Amino acid sequence: MRRLLLILACLTAFAGPAIAADPSEMLKDPALESRAQHLGKELRCLVCQSESIEDSNADLARDLRVIVRERIQSGESDDQVMQYVVDRYGDYVLLRPPFKASTLVLWVGPFALLLAGLAAAAAFYRRRTNAAPPPPPLSAEEKRRLEALLKDHPPS
Amino acid sequence: MIAEIGHFALVLALAVACVQAVVPLVGAERGERAWMDLAGPAAVAQLVLVGIAFAALTHAYVTSDFSLLNVAQNSHTDKPMLYKVSGVWGNHEGSLLLWITILALFGAAVTAFGGNLPPTLKARALAVQALITVGFLAFILFTSNPFERLDPPPMNGSGLNPLLQDPGLAFHPPFLYLGYVGFSMAFSFAIAALIEGKVDAAWARWVRPWTLAAWVFLTLGIALGSWWAYYELGWGGWWYWDPVENASFMPWLAGTALLHSAVVVEKRDALKSWTILLAIVTFGLSLLGTFLVRSGVITSVHAFASDPTRGVFILMLLVVAIGGSFMLYAVRAPALKTGGLFAPISREGALLLNNVLMATGAGTVLLGTLYPLFADALSLGKVSVGPPFFNSVFVPLMVPMVLAMGMGPLVSWKRGDLAGALARVKLAMAAALAAAIATWVMQGGSAGPWWAAGGIGLAVWLLLGTLTEIAERVRLFRAPLGDSMRRAANLPRAAWGMTLAHGGLAVLIAGMTASSAWKAESVQTMTIGETVTVAGYAFTLKAVRDVDGPNYLATEGTFEVAKDGKVFALVTPEKRTYRQPPRPTTEAAIVGTFLGDVYAVIGDAVPEGGWVTRLYFNPLVPWMWVGCLIMVAGGLVSLSDRRHRIGAPTRARAAAAQAAKA
Repeated sequence: MRRLLLILACLTAFAGPAIAADPSEMLKDPALESRAQHLGKELRCLVCQSESIEDSNADLARDLRVIVRERIQSGESDDQVMQYVVDRYGDYVLLRPPFKASTLVLWVGPFALLLAGLAAAAAFYRRRTNAAPPPPPLSAEEKRRLEALLKDHPPS
Repeated sequence: MIAEIGHFALVLALAVACVQAVVPLVGAERGERAWMDLAGPAAVAQLVLVGIAFAALTHAYVTSDFSLLNVAQNSHTDKPMLYKVSGVWGNHEGSLLLWITILALFGAAVTAFGGNLPPTLKARALAVQALITVGFLAFILFTSNPFERLDPPPMNGSGLNPLLQDPGLAFHPPFLYLGYVGFSMAFSFAIAALIEGKVDAAWARWVRPWTLAAWVFLTLGIALGSWWAYYELGWGGWWYWDPVENASFMPWLAGTALLHSAVVVEKRDALKSWTILLAIVTFGLSLLGTFLVRSGVITSVHAFASDPTRGVFILMLLVVAIGGSFMLYAVRAPALKTGGLFAPISREGALLLNNVLMATGAGTVLLGTLYPLFADALSLGKVSVGPPFFNSVFVPLMVPMVLAMGMGPLVSWKRGDLAGALARVKLAMAAALAAAIATWVMQGGSAGPWWAAGGIGLAVWLLLGTLTEIAERVRLFRAPLGDSMRRAANLPRAAWGMTLAHGGLAVLIAGMTASSAWKAESVQTMTIGETVTVAGYAFTLKAVRDVDGPNYLATEGTFEVAKDGKVFALVTPEKRTYRQPPRPTTEAAIVGTFLGDVYAVIGDAVPEGGWVTRLYFNPLVPWMWVGCLIMVAGGLVSLSDRRHRIGAPTRARAAAAQAAKA
């Protein structure tokens, strides 16, 4: 049932395609409003599929937008506002997951991949150089033939 | 009746695919020529049969045959003809049928153009292709039959999601699928090569054009999707890192890597086993994308329906296809002979670096897209991975990529000279630095985002590095102009293709940077006659009227846009409410200029009088679309290269070469 509600909520969210934030909710002070939008981009609309509250038209996103703006207006810092929202909705609300044990793989993974890739490339070059030892120096006979050839056909 | 013919044709196609998957494979093993030769006609028969099914479904949509469940659920008599036709693939069953149709098209294309392929390779590749077809035909027939009847038929259908009623839908999915499915060719050839135990330059020359074609289609498909989102979702965003977008972006990244590593196989006969792996991974990511979108694991506008049995079926398909290929790879790849040598600083080395970075990029997107699912499954708690994550991890990974790209093509083959290459790009480097500084000053220092200067600098670096390379090749300004012209005309098309594709990316980067950094927007309530100025453009709301569309009602606003006191354009954005299904959409009005898009959206009426309007100036957005088109053009030019058209050396010539060696 909860799942169904979520799906329904998503459908209504799609109904109004991303005309979020209507002018009545916006803060008068452009500096504060820009802070609010900045924070809003980091917060997930909980009933939508990977939409931030700034982009979503769902009622829940609207409520969150209003909460963020109220907090900012009451003089809280960005961190305090985010903490307030996370305390109520959990980490799930953050579109940028916090760095902790459960997200270690997520944050470290890409860089581990890069290092692994570079290491594999380095190993590839090392193996190839070892696998193919430099050719032995020319024997006296070969040198003689090379010189003879060069004399007949000087390199252009 | 026509629907039953379509259904029957699909069943027949499954039977043909089963034969095509087994007989040529056994024939190739035993050296039975007649068995191998069965693959060609079977592939053509499949195209005909699947084509009949596709035509039957299209017929049902065009004639609004609501006795078909699929049509009744997704169509409506009032729908304009374009959307009746494109509605065929605007739903789960139909889009799968499109997938299979394109798969059959590629199979038949191998038969048509593969005349000079080694017969065993061709038979095996077509058999692998048929195996994929069997999987998908079984999927569609057993879980997602588009020809299911409905009794009694309703008076009218439920209509198509209005968001999908757009010319964009007509073209975005077919191109995307041409890309996804196009990579199945590289996959089939890779599996065939593993079975044969032989990968050589001729193989790479065969795989490259198919991969290139798929890449061109996928690039176009992604660009179309992005463009569609940009004008349809009504607030000027063009990339959301939505799981579904990621699903198409991952095969693109892997496919781009594959294109580049195939060059090394062709030129140096090296990186063979890696290239085979990439071919498997690229198609695997295409399948994964299909799984993510089709299974309903992810709900979005793309996931038309979610049904657990479908999810399980397609997951099985994925496990068998990917798992089977990896197993074959593990057994056979070590036997592939290693080929030519090259130094780390060389063109091959640069291509390998491209591969490392592209693969890391694809891996990062994969990790970010699937992490919420993993975290949920392993009870690590619910995690959201959204745009802020991708922007702060993926983008930095691509910076070294673009840096290397600017001069990679200038390093010579086999053993390059880094100092020499650096000396040749001095000008590009200086210009990029100057551009970055100029950008910083022009945006007012820290008034704009810090990364904007870097983005513009990278774009200039890549563009000039690319131009330096082509200028050197034609000896521009060093040789007489006529001489340079002749050299330019004689350059292989593939060289021009690379220049265009890399240059196009530079234009794209400039567009992405500018539109993300300096977008100007204004949201307000406006009354008739009121003027709001955004980024120097004065928008005056002239009129608002109701418009009666074919299957919607709309509020249409008329804005006069003026720049420097002169009227510049009259634009008419709409807010539509569709009758069936009753949902609103926004139709933004966009006027493209060289420097950016003027973008206007009209919203609801406000009780106190006036309308909510959203006005934007989106800098350099047209550059993104132009950049993508240049990249696509680069792919097409490269595809027209003589070497690709001729394909692998013919058997007669190869045999002659063998004889000469002996």
